[in-house]
Amino acid sequence: MIRLEPRTNPSQAMIILTPILAVLATMVVGGILFVTLGKNPFEAIRMIFWDPLLGEHAFYYRGQILVKAAPLIMIALGLSFGFRAGIWNIGAEGQFIMGAVIGGATGLALYPLNSFIVFPLMIVMGALGGFLWAMIPAFLKIRFNANEILVSLMLVYVAFNFLIGMVTGPLRNPDGFNFPESRSFQDFPAAHNPELWAGTGIHLGVLSTLGFVILAYIMITRHIFGFNVRLAGQAPRAAKFAGVSPNKMIAICLGLSGALAGMAGLFEVTGPAGKLTTTFPLGYGFTAIIVAFLGRLHPIGILLAGLLMAVTYVGGDIIQSQLSLPKASIQVFQGMLLFFLLAVDVLVNFRLRISKRNSK
Amino acid sequence: MTLIALNNLTKKYGGVIANNDITFKVDKGEIHALLGENGAGKSTLVKMIYGLVQPDIGTMMLDGESFAPTDPRASRVRGIAMVFQHFSLFEALSVAENIALGMENPPKTDALSNQIRDVSLKYGLMLDPNRLVGNLSVGERQRVEIIRCLLQDPKLLIMDEPTSVLTPQEVDALFTTLRRLRDEGTSILYISHKLEEIRTLCNRATILRHGKVIGICIPKNETAKSMAEMMVGSKLKTPQKTITNFGLPLLIVKDLSLRSTDPFGTSLKDITFTIRAGEVMGVAGVAGNGQDELMLALSGEVLTKANSIQLEDNFIGQTGPVERRLQGLLTAPEERLGHAAAPEMNLSENTLISGFQRQKLGRRGFVNKLGAAAFAEKIIEKFDVRTISVGSAAKSLSGGNLQKFVMGREILQDPKVFIVNQPTWGVDAAAAAFIRQALLELALGGAGVLVISQDLDELMEISDTFTVISEGRLSAPRPIKGVTTETIGLLMGGSKKI
Repeated sequence: MIRLEPRTNPSQAMIILTPILAVLATMVVGGILFVTLGKNPFEAIRMIFWDPLLGEHAFYYRGQILVKAAPLIMIALGLSFGFRAGIWNIGAEGQFIMGAVIGGATGLALYPLNSFIVFPLMIVMGALGGFLWAMIPAFLKIRFNANEILVSLMLVYVAFNFLIGMVTGPLRNPDGFNFPESRSFQDFPAAHNPELWAGTGIHLGVLSTLGFVILAYIMITRHIFGFNVRLAGQAPRAAKFAGVSPNKMIAICLGLSGALAGMAGLFEVTGPAGKLTTTFPLGYGFTAIIVAFLGRLHPIGILLAGLLMAVTYVGGDIIQSQLSLPKASIQVFQGMLLFFLLAVDVLVNFRLRISKRNSK
Repeated sequence: MTLIALNNLTKKYGGVIANNDITFKVDKGEIHALLGENGAGKSTLVKMIYGLVQPDIGTMMLDGESFAPTDPRASRVRGIAMVFQHFSLFEALSVAENIALGMENPPKTDALSNQIRDVSLKYGLMLDPNRLVGNLSVGERQRVEIIRCLLQDPKLLIMDEPTSVLTPQEVDALFTTLRRLRDEGTSILYISHKLEEIRTLCNRATILRHGKVIGICIPKNETAKSMAEMMVGSKLKTPQKTITNFGLPLLIVKDLSLRSTDPFGTSLKDITFTIRAGEVMGVAGVAGNGQDELMLALSGEVLTKANSIQLEDNFIGQTGPVERRLQGLLTAPEERLGHAAAPEMNLSENTLISGFQRQKLGRRGFVNKLGAAAFAEKIIEKFDVRTISVGSAAKSLSGGNLQKFVMGREILQDPKVFIVNQPTWGVDAAAAAFIRQALLELALGGAGVLVISQDLDELMEISDTFTVISEGRLSAPRPIKGVTTETIGLLMGGSKKI
């Protein structure tokens, strides 16, 4: 019989090393996966981790990494507060979509107004869209104690269908030959989120993300709000004793993560994606959950984890096109990363005991 | 006739020696007390006898045969049973179902119910096997645990702090049962802090200090003080109480009623009392009679009608904990780990839980880490908290030290009114005396103090006025002078005639 025994003093070094071990384990098992698919595992792993950063075409891929990392990090930062406090927003994908739709619709409604106020207004509306969408599970949890995991997750699909309804209806491009997509934001300079320096991939969303990393770091390490979030997660009764209202905590954490996801959606739709389409959601909201945990819910960790995840995204595109591997294989690969992180985590905090006696 | 003999038992945890070369015997048909402060090694010793842990060195003999249990089942087979301090019962199941759950091959429920009735009649442990455990009092729950043990027909019954949750009358009933068991030849290993009880009940006592056997005595020939001093290893000071005239009313609670949201919780009914400056009010009562609910209502964790609680001139029933602290009402809940303190956080961070606003440990929401560390240092120094540093996690402290830390954190914030639930629960004698002294000094300085406790001796020692909580109702406060143990017992049982 195998039992797990808590370790009295989990090694601090191991806690930091865990993500690295998880990446290595993913490489090994992912390599086996690629072998079974009939590919050279070393080539595949190289293409995923090496080529995007230092390969021949890395000058192009590096920009792509930033473009993909920014929304992951921005969403994961928001989620990390809730996750620390034990509030599980699994529906960031839906809030991301709603941010893009509401913020995008605001811009489209003002087309072709050429004013500097358009884009800031869109950012605010995008954040508000995500915030309000996250307020639904928050309200239901506070009022009826409904499980926020289920509600927020289900609302992803509602948001997705809302998006489809919008791009096939009110938001469809009037000059777009009936394609189910909105007007392109590139054709509407006041609402466009352009690359700020050509070829770098850096847009306003990337810069904002960096700002949020710093802000989140200060909040979690220096501010009483960050303390209360940790307290609520580690010792809910002590948090109540300290005067932290659990309901307020639910509303703030869900609202914060919703607003950041919505803002990320707005930056995405006005920049890299360019327009609202039915294929707009790419799963950033879900991958950000992995990013948050891979980064140990710490802002700096999330920054690194987001970059790593973006590398696997870009690398995944490379193996898809060059080794003609299915898209699902890279998704399995990313899933493994979280799986191994959790598994290594268990082993850091617990010791395996194999007892000879089998209890009847 | 020796029943069980322990020979040179040693047990280490990491570098800590929990038991060092322990040797003693329990005879057949005797009640043997195991005495010692927290951390003296009583629990480890008992766990070795019960098979929960195995000694590193040393042997045990049971009935003249070698005894080395590898798990509790092996111990039970050899006739050892244990009643734990914390019960493991399912509230939503009946008495019989709970007992069946702990058995290897439980008989049919009817047969088991009959067995339970037989045992309960034989030993005067009145209990209906069909009642839901959730509806039982704590004393009755303990009977479930005792009957569960007696059904195994044990040779040795181990009891860990059995009276900490009982009324004086329930204690008497328990002692009658234990004496009857002893007369029938069952040995009892009795672990307790309560020295007077040990004097009346136990034939012999083994005293442990720092993991070693300090001595064996006959409790009848000792005084409580002499035994306490053997436990601690030094002379004890009893807290000095000076008689004071009370000042103005500080906390006025009037018709405080609160429905409990927990189905097995207790609703508060028309609680009314006033605490004046300089007054220590003691609230006795059996656990689970509304103490926790009263505590939550007073700390502000649960809000009530605004005018049911008044602090000086302000109605604070609708005011949250932060604002109450700023106005001078501080509290210390019973549960140290997880309620008063966050286990994983270090002491410095733990000061923020109640001290952030009142102690101004930050500006505009930003935490002043140096300030928090300095406050933690001050608590550690003034309240003699034994810890490596302010960076130690709260859970790494022993219960007594953490309690001193929690008490220090509140008392050093200079409260106008201080409310504490079980200030010395599970705390060693020296630390308990220190905490009681600190409470008295707080009152002497003009604060009002409310102490909720299940330790009657403690309440008798420090309170000026006295009241009992029973089924969510509070008896009218009365001066401590002239209150007898018997009155208290009747009040605890819910009698309204007195």
